[in-house]
Amino acid sequence: MQMPIPDAAVMARKARVVERLLGVLPADAVIYEERETKAYECDALTAYRCPPMVAVLPSSTQEVSDVLRICHEEGVPVVPRGSGTSLAGGALPTADCVILGVARMNDVIETDYDNRLIRVQTGRTNLSVTGAVETDGFFYAPDPSSQLACAIAGNIAMNSGGAHCLKYGVTTNNLLGVKMVMMDGEVIEIGGGHMDAGGLDLLGVICGSEGQLGVVTEAILRILPKPEGARPVLMGFDDTVVAGACVSDIIKAGVLPVAIEFMDRPCIEATEAFAKAGYPMCEALLIVEVEGSVAEIDHQLRLIMEIARRHNPVELRESKSAEESGKIWLGRKSAFGAMGQINDYMCLDGTIPVSSLPLVLRRIGEMSDEFGLKVGNVFHAGDGNMHPLILFDANKPGDLELCEEFGAEILKLCVEVGGCLTGEHGVGIEKRDLMHVQYAPADLEAQMAVKDVFDPGWLLNPAKVFPLDASDARRGLALAAE
Amino acid sequence: MQVVTEQELAEQIAGASGPLSVRGGGTRGMAPAGEVLSTAGLSGITLYEPGAMTMVAQAGTPVAQIEAALAEENQRLAFEPMDHRGLIGTQGEPTIGGVFAANVSGPRRISVGAARDFLLGVRFVDGQGTVIKNGGRVMKNVTGYDLVKLMAGSFGTLGVLSEVSFKVLPRPETQGSLILHGLDDARAVGAMSRAMGSPFEVSGACHDSQSGQTVLRVEGFEASVAYRLEQLRGVLNAGGSEMVMLDADASETFWHDQRQVQSFQGTDGDIWRLSCKPSDAPELAAKAGAEAHLFDWAGGLIWLRMAAGTDLRARLGGFDGHATLLRGDTQTKARLGVFQLESAGVARLTAGLRARFDPKGVFNAGLMDAAA
Repeated sequence: MQMPIPDAAVMARKARVVERLLGVLPADAVIYEERETKAYECDALTAYRCPPMVAVLPSSTQEVSDVLRICHEEGVPVVPRGSGTSLAGGALPTADCVILGVARMNDVIETDYDNRLIRVQTGRTNLSVTGAVETDGFFYAPDPSSQLACAIAGNIAMNSGGAHCLKYGVTTNNLLGVKMVMMDGEVIEIGGGHMDAGGLDLLGVICGSEGQLGVVTEAILRILPKPEGARPVLMGFDDTVVAGACVSDIIKAGVLPVAIEFMDRPCIEATEAFAKAGYPMCEALLIVEVEGSVAEIDHQLRLIMEIARRHNPVELRESKSAEESGKIWLGRKSAFGAMGQINDYMCLDGTIPVSSLPLVLRRIGEMSDEFGLKVGNVFHAGDGNMHPLILFDANKPGDLELCEEFGAEILKLCVEVGGCLTGEHGVGIEKRDLMHVQYAPADLEAQMAVKDVFDPGWLLNPAKVFPLDASDARRGLALAAE
Repeated sequence: MQVVTEQELAEQIAGASGPLSVRGGGTRGMAPAGEVLSTAGLSGITLYEPGAMTMVAQAGTPVAQIEAALAEENQRLAFEPMDHRGLIGTQGEPTIGGVFAANVSGPRRISVGAARDFLLGVRFVDGQGTVIKNGGRVMKNVTGYDLVKLMAGSFGTLGVLSEVSFKVLPRPETQGSLILHGLDDARAVGAMSRAMGSPFEVSGACHDSQSGQTVLRVEGFEASVAYRLEQLRGVLNAGGSEMVMLDADASETFWHDQRQVQSFQGTDGDIWRLSCKPSDAPELAAKAGAEAHLFDWAGGLIWLRMAAGTDLRARLGGFDGHATLLRGDTQTKARLGVFQLESAGVARLTAGLRARFDPKGVFNAGLMDAAA
């Protein structure tokens, strides 16, 4: 994985940049000593590290605007950062950049139950948005696995999903408005307490733009009333094809569960050894959860289990209590930790049409043998979002590279069957160089044209999302313009 | 101009010598100046996987054909797009490309999302005749920028859609509605807000100021619908108004009419569609002084029937939302602008995107260039 050569001219201006930043921020919000900038050298894609030139922690939209205006004038690239939980390297710095962290901006500005919305500063963590409204019976629906730590800013940048998006959608479907600072320091507001745009849907293209169009400092989010209850059923099958057919039949029957999670044998074995959730040893395991009143849940689970029985499950276990529900979810929720016990792992995020599931699982199994690396599959089966976990040994020379090569082959397969490279983690640097697989040059050109409009100098998070050779000329222009 | 393949579409656009008036079924009566470029010839369902809840269709495919195919598998377009012919008094056949290009969403928008939330992927031709694809046919996709959302609701001003892929949902077993009588606008919005804030999954909430009827819809399995309607009655009882239940057939008829804004059909005057924060709706409606108004989306959408030529936006002043002039004569549309952009910053970015996607300015000139 290549990153652009840092701009020596920018780095030579470090002292002046720091001085100017100290002019608009308190001293403790500007981090420029090398031993301290190291704290920002990576996000959750820890294989790649590079301390930034400076890191700043503004406390208000005005301060963000001041920082961006200065960086714009000085020609310094800016890498926005939420909580640094990106698995795709979305917040990886370059040696010539300013990291702009929004962690100090975590206030709830307004809760409005009449209109079912909450306005927050974007440094607030995902889970604490729900935390602010749950005693009043509401919640914020998108629930990425990292929700305890990840910030709304990052959720918006990556258009994060979660286990329950089959029913509730992802971030973009729950975002009503933003306050955003442009690279030149201008503050704009898009959307609000109303629905849909009056003109072009700019909110739609900002969400998921990986911090390349602007820095979102405030967000208006949809909050929803909590369902009366929820309960899962666990089912095991001795064939992944049969499990896939069962998922399809459940959906066709008109039941819309809030979650359908899938685990394959390697993953079941690992989680059993680790969490002892009492899962059956079989080829494929499904956890299907429904919501509603007691009677509604009973009715839906009855329908789902009737469908499952037609597929001869080796196990069919309906949760009868909160305790049993907890046990059913235990293994799934500890799957990543369990795989991590065995070895280092790389978590992929490709999405496939649900109908291609059996084919893709078979091919991954074959490739696992070819590469000599083990894979466990966890999968949001309702929406086709796969999470193959490839095990490797970070201390063994060449193993990371082999693992990345294997991962790339899996992602190419996802695209080949009609899916995509990433369903909820984002492109970042991790999938940047595979963008050619999914998109033709004209498709990438159209996306980069959007960045040209929002950030003509290509200073915001410039070396991400687009293959370096595709964005070279634009980033070069930025350099030449200095 | 009539084209039957994407390639022909691209060639026609690349070779265009003057402005083009991009048209799906022509049922919106937008008709910007220029030679008509119709997508009606790009027709047909390319792929339908009921078990994956996804469909791919060429842009000119009639909505009726799509809804018929979905009905056979007991599925539907959950965002409930309206048919504009009755309200605007137009002919033609609504197309799926037109639905997404105009982001047309009906009453169920408050519970399931807008047309744009169901659009998974697009193929389109930009102003220079280049074919571009974005998104795909899977439900979760964050690979690169979301131009799918940008195209939804862009009314053909950035590119001409040639193919769309979208998510569909199962058709619920049954439905029922609860009618509250005699509420004024403010109390109606309060009641709709309480209903939407309950866990009983209301999928439609509207209020007719003239008849004083507030209607709430619930859909799902039969026992569940009965249970939730009963629970809702309890939640709303505090208001003390008279309540009546509508059975499945009556409920379906009512919401079919609401979806097409039946009560404004065949009337005179301009029709405006105003998107706002629901709690602002009563005050905005009072300020508008319309001849008639209806609330949908629990108050988040106001349909207004105004004397021809009235500048609604001038009456309202600044507010959280925007007003679209849906039906009016050409002069009024030219004078007031059809769309309302939200701020100067948004207007500048919009102009910038237009200049990049359609540098020669061939598509629907002036259509979305409303004053901020």
